[in-house]
Amino acid sequence: PILYSYFRSSCSWRVRTALALKGISYDLVPVNLIKDGGQQFSAEFKALNPMQQVPALKIDGIILSQSLAIINYLEETRPNPRLLPQDPKKRAQVRMIADHIVSGIQPLQNLSVLKQIGEKKMEWAQNCITSGFQALEQILQQTAGRYCVGDEVSMADLCLVPQVANAERFKVDMGPYPTITRINKALLELEAFKISHPSRQPDTPAELRA
Amino acid sequence: MSAAAAKPILYSYFRSSCSWRVRTALALKGISYDLVPVNLIKDGGQQFSAEFKALNPMQQVPALKIDGIILSQSLAIINYLEETRPNPRLLPQDPKKRAQVRMIADHIVSGIQPLQNLSVLKQIGEKKMEWAQNCITSGFQALEQILQQTAGRYCVGDEVSMADLCLVPQVANAERFKVDMGPYPTITRINKALLELEAFKISHPSRQPDTPAELRA
Repeated sequence: PILYSYFRSSCSWRVRTALALKGISYDLVPVNLIKDGGQQFSAEFKALNPMQQVPALKIDGIILSQSLAIINYLEETRPNPRLLPQDPKKRAQVRMIADHIVSGIQPLQNLSVLKQIGEKKMEWAQNCITSGFQALEQILQQTAGRYCVGDEVSMADLCLVPQVANAERFKVDMGPYPTITRINKALLELEAFKISHPSRQPDTPAELRA
Repeated sequence: MSAAAAKPILYSYFRSSCSWRVRTALALKGISYDLVPVNLIKDGGQQFSAEFKALNPMQQVPALKIDGIILSQSLAIINYLEETRPNPRLLPQDPKKRAQVRMIADHIVSGIQPLQNLSVLKQIGEKKMEWAQNCITSGFQALEQILQQTAGRYCVGDEVSMADLCLVPQVANAERFKVDMGPYPTITRINKALLELEAFKISHPSRQPDTPAELRA
């Protein structure tokens, strides 16, 4: 498989973690979202992925985009270890948490939105994340065990870690979110989350390399 | 009456595209439910009441009370319905086609709709019409190209899927924000075909318990 990825893209990080957890080897082709006006906008990349975004995964003869669509495909075709609980209600909780992050928080503070917001982007990003984390903290207090839902790593956890990293980049005070903080810390101790970390990618700039 | 036997309760706003997706799924699967309207505009937004927050900390619609639990996030709800009430199905059997359905659905529910939802537009202020048009145009340009690869009668092949549930409300949003649909013939064709189906008609914003009189079909 070939993964088109940007080191700091939280959507790309989710997929890198899924591939690592499932032990799937892949080649990584970096797409720099800032250089050259954004390499995702090149005609070449557009032909691969009309959505002009990372991540995109070339696998089994097809090209997929949208991080959760990719992760669900991996889950269905490489089911071990699993990233969804067996119980349908717990599965729904995992999806609810993942969707809250990937639809309700991250897109509102992604690169292209912040470019359009302009000067007030730090404040805008902080507001999105704070508002989203207030809700998430409450939900996790109901669902969490060691991780977001119970004690097994799930798709919700793949989404949580990159979003906390974004919160830190935008200097959001994490004080009000002890459950999010605890879970994030536990996940970052796992090998798959370490090797997929933005600081350890082929395209990580030297000054940010771990 | 046990919790499992009680009728599901859907918290919904007539014009919320996220609520519409779930109303359509319930209709397609023939699941009866009670609808509790949550007005996103009145009283500063009824979704912000302490009562609703206790039900759904995310303070958004839709929320579905079913089988003794409360779920939010439209696709999480729809996937739960798919797994527990599998007929008729809303996902193809082939994993690659399923991935295409999810890719299209996710593009709409993460890549387009949130950027032009009510709370974002409130923060954008004066320029909100232009902002919404830009989000939708940008998203539809990509979607049109993808659908040209995947579509049959509907978004992916010839069976109604989760992608179609997401498409129709987003086209309605495009029309509300006066987006020129001329460049998107595939989106337009599929939307038209879907709106002929009963499930999409009865779940339409113009036919809900909380539809204002002047917008009622």
